[in-house]
Amino acid sequence: MNNEEQKQTIKKVLRCIRPHGILVALSLLMALVFVALTLYVPVLTGRVIDHMTGPGAVEFDAVFGLMKQILGAVLLTAGAQWIMNAANNRIVYRVSGEVREQAFRRIEELPLQYLDAHSSGDMVSRVVADVDQFSDDLLMGFTQLFTGVITILGTLGFMLCVNVGITLVVVLLTPVSLLVARFIAGRTYRMFRRQSETRGEQTALIDEMIGNQKVVQAYGQEKRVQEKFDEINDRLSSYSLQAIFFSSITNPATRFVNSLVYIGVGLTGAFAAVRGAMTVGQLSAFLSYANQYTKPFNEISGVVTELQNALACAGRVFALIEAAAQTPDADPAEKLPEDPGCLSLEHVCFSYTPEKKLIEDFNLEVKEGQRIAIVGPTGCGKTTMINLLMRFYDVDSGAVKIEGKDIRALTRRSLRSSFGMVLQDTWIRSGTIRDNICMGYPDASEEEMIEAAKKAHAHSFIKRLPQGYDTVIGENGGSLSQGQRQLLCIARVMLCLPPMLILDEATSSIDLRTEIRIQKAFQTMMEGRTSFIVAHRLSTVRNADVILVMKDGNIIEKGDHQSLLAQNGFYAKLYEAQFAEVQ
Amino acid sequence: MWKLLKYMKTYRKEAVLAPAFKLLEALFELFVPLLMARIIDIGIREQDQGYIVQMCLWMAVLGLTGLVCSITAQYFSARAAVGFASKLRSSLFAHIQSLSFSKLDTVGASTMITRMTSDINQVQSGVNLFLRLFLRSPFIVFGAMVMAFTVDAKAAVIFVVVIPLLCVIVFGVMLISIPVYKKVQGRLDRVVALTRENLQGVRVIRAFCREPQEIKAFERENQALVRVQLFSGRISAIMNPLTYVVVNGGLLVLLYTGAGRVDEGILLQGSVVALVNYMSQILVELVKLANLIITVTKAIACGNRIQAVFELQPGMERRAACTQTASQDGRTEEMVSFEHAALRYPGAAADSLTDISFSVKRGETVGIIGGTGAGKTSLVSLIPRFYDVSAGCVKVKGRDVREYPPEELRAMVGMVMQKAVLFQGTIRENLLWGNENATDGELCEAIRTAQAEDVVFGAKSGLDAAVKQGGQNFSGGQRQRLAIARALVRKPEILILDDSASALDFATDARLRQAIAGLPGEMTVFIVSQRASSLKHADKILVLEDGEIADMGTHEELLGRCSVYQEICDAQFPGREDHEQ
Repeated sequence: MNNEEQKQTIKKVLRCIRPHGILVALSLLMALVFVALTLYVPVLTGRVIDHMTGPGAVEFDAVFGLMKQILGAVLLTAGAQWIMNAANNRIVYRVSGEVREQAFRRIEELPLQYLDAHSSGDMVSRVVADVDQFSDDLLMGFTQLFTGVITILGTLGFMLCVNVGITLVVVLLTPVSLLVARFIAGRTYRMFRRQSETRGEQTALIDEMIGNQKVVQAYGQEKRVQEKFDEINDRLSSYSLQAIFFSSITNPATRFVNSLVYIGVGLTGAFAAVRGAMTVGQLSAFLSYANQYTKPFNEISGVVTELQNALACAGRVFALIEAAAQTPDADPAEKLPEDPGCLSLEHVCFSYTPEKKLIEDFNLEVKEGQRIAIVGPTGCGKTTMINLLMRFYDVDSGAVKIEGKDIRALTRRSLRSSFGMVLQDTWIRSGTIRDNICMGYPDASEEEMIEAAKKAHAHSFIKRLPQGYDTVIGENGGSLSQGQRQLLCIARVMLCLPPMLILDEATSSIDLRTEIRIQKAFQTMMEGRTSFIVAHRLSTVRNADVILVMKDGNIIEKGDHQSLLAQNGFYAKLYEAQFAEVQ
Repeated sequence: MWKLLKYMKTYRKEAVLAPAFKLLEALFELFVPLLMARIIDIGIREQDQGYIVQMCLWMAVLGLTGLVCSITAQYFSARAAVGFASKLRSSLFAHIQSLSFSKLDTVGASTMITRMTSDINQVQSGVNLFLRLFLRSPFIVFGAMVMAFTVDAKAAVIFVVVIPLLCVIVFGVMLISIPVYKKVQGRLDRVVALTRENLQGVRVIRAFCREPQEIKAFERENQALVRVQLFSGRISAIMNPLTYVVVNGGLLVLLYTGAGRVDEGILLQGSVVALVNYMSQILVELVKLANLIITVTKAIACGNRIQAVFELQPGMERRAACTQTASQDGRTEEMVSFEHAALRYPGAAADSLTDISFSVKRGETVGIIGGTGAGKTSLVSLIPRFYDVSAGCVKVKGRDVREYPPEELRAMVGMVMQKAVLFQGTIRENLLWGNENATDGELCEAIRTAQAEDVVFGAKSGLDAAVKQGGQNFSGGQRQRLAIARALVRKPEILILDDSASALDFATDARLRQAIAGLPGEMTVFIVSQRASSLKHADKILVLEDGEIADMGTHEELLGRCSVYQEICDAQFPGREDHEQ
């Protein structure tokens, strides 16, 4: 990130803070009160001391009066500081909460192309770790920057009142401190960024390996994985060491410059005192103020490194938030009529990567209520069809049309809610069974839900679970078997029963006895509904109106079961392979 | 948290040197006011400009030495903190990798991931700050107190009251904060889980147009997180004002007694100034300390969460070989045998497998079929000892699996799981998991057997084709075939295919089975399948129902007598009549 990008990031951060303007103002005001009073208390203390000049000469009345004032000032200071802290907390946690939310919203809007291409571990680390780091550093930065700046201004004012010449010495020397801080910060930023990138790489590895730890162990790969992990870990640790060490030089270095300031004040002040231009009392006051004045510079320069780090993290978060969203729905977007059923693909070309062509000039006409079975060797593009029908991916050229309307002219909601989909990779969310089944139709009644579960033959196993429909399922299906997960996914579609269906090898891990029953339920469900079935079971395929035999992204044969067998082509060969086993 | 400190051992030198240099620097800092006092008392009073310059030069020397000490300290503490965190991360990763399957089931991946990442980062910055400042601040606080006593013992008594009071406040806030930070981390875990879940289930979520609800659910979790964060912030926001009040209260008492002592002629005005200065020095240090404590508290909370993972026992002990059977030659006829084996998952109410007994000879092919949740996967998981039996035993080559070193046992077994998982890298890297020393020729052989030639060699880059995270650039069927190839590369004595051809079309599936049957050597094969056709040629078919063996025999035998099996076959081959016509 160069300077320009940094500036952009800062602007974006400020934009996020803007809605909390009132709190920011309150915080600033309280900081002002806090600092002014903190500077005032030593003045009062000094006056108290002035009233005790020697044995028997202490003016107790004046001392008590001033002490009351000190007490009041102290309580006020504490109050102001508390309010300031509270306001700052609120700003920072709210802002980080909002940024997290924005990042999450964006994830929901990103095209699948982006999501498929980025590791989920890295994205999770952006939403959580980076936002967290960014808010932590922002909190520290926020508090210290405000008080620091105001303290500097306040002391500067006090010093100017006492002696202009020596104040100038202080003012001329302090930029050195800032320059040093700037110099170091510029160099550390790059290291923080490298650290952050390596951290992302490591998180991705952790995500992958811990998420699939069982496979790792089954293959006894723990050592090799560990080696790979350690390699990244070593790299991370050397970047971290550099980043942390160089950033932590800032503090001592500026402190050294500050002590030079202190010495400068001492030297010029002492000479002035020798000349009689200044009293000893004034000098000691001046020295304490010089200290007051330079200390915030320590903090501010510390803040600078913290903010650098925060900016690096913020940059990564904003990169996610600003990643191009999927093309928005057309405006004005059309909606599908009630119960759409006709569908056509016209001259569709599509590929995931430009260099590897997948689907070329694909044509298909589907009439209402037809059952389309897609068969073919694995990797022939069957899953890709689903990506296109559901508009998870947009076609490169040509068009997918439903009821004669290009799906790109429709709202995604209208398109997707007219399809019921059961995917090969079952996905169960953590939550209750009820949450999972009612996902597509949250307002379903108890009876409707149970009815759907019964139709999907999920009711009997759900009933046997400890809390029935209210049983909580852990992350990614937790204790359910693969088949049970699939039954749940089917129940999910059963409940909302959209006019068109996409079944992607949906029944592949359900045992056959259960499957027969599901097949029957599917038959009734598919009655009058346009359905796409990616299936390997010939029993399913045989009942289809049109069978598309796909190979290398193209339809090579098309027809019903009997006519395809009669053609004695690729389909016949597939069929024979299965059938030869039975005899 | 404290148990984690053993990872600091290698960095003991750094961990000692860092605070030592820091103290040195603090010591030099304490000298500066002393020199300034001399400038005032001697230089100004005696109008000696040479003396003033000399003292100023001394201060500059002190400052420079302080700078060197401080940078040295920063270096050592950064080294110690980063080294510690790096070791911790590596050990934690190793520990997680050593956890048994049942432990992995109970903990869940996303908490382990936060612990590996953000928790350890917190610990790292905690350690770093601790080494740099935690000793320095108390040193200055107590140093100032000692100085105060040298000025006036009676007035300095106030310090003895104020300092413990401050300690109570600081540590009190710390004690209250620790459980709150734990809560914050817990909430953060939920947010992580939700984000991960959404990324994984993105297709289903979009298919059901659930984006708005998902956003709402996230908002809810996120709000809950923000609320706990705010609460924790409120607690730590109290600390600074409170310490400020206490210190200034002490100051007032100091002024009060000071006034009396000056009036009595025991103290000089200058001494009061000195005492007041020490009091404010304490305040400055305390402000630093308070900020530190927040970081350190967080670090401790995170450290405890990491410690909790370390405390999970790997869960599987190798049992001492009590029955040395004649299996040592490795050529026993009986390859795998189950003897009244039962399995109950931790926390489950009922057994998943009950009283399973059967034995398999070397070179035999065993088919396992049964309903959803019948225990097919559980059964085969017992062979490579992914889980331990809760009763009975499982023997491989006549020896209880619990007596084998896990690596030795698992090296014999090639397991292809239901969900085919590939890892980021190249196809070659993935296949080499099966056997690191396999030649390209052996890899190609395995690929051919697994019917994955078109997957690998269809693409130009062949074995070096890139595999994305989770194998996302391959279809389900392609992943399954590559996973099978990976198991074959190992040339296992026992091959387990746990419904691992489900995404393959029949033609490919049939070719795959033929190829596996044609492999040289006497591989014992377990096939879990939904397709009766895949099992038809098996030497033995186990029909499982509700965790028990309903029947066992060949295809023909079972067709003749087992109603469960008949039902499955009727469903499987509806096309038979067609063909016979």
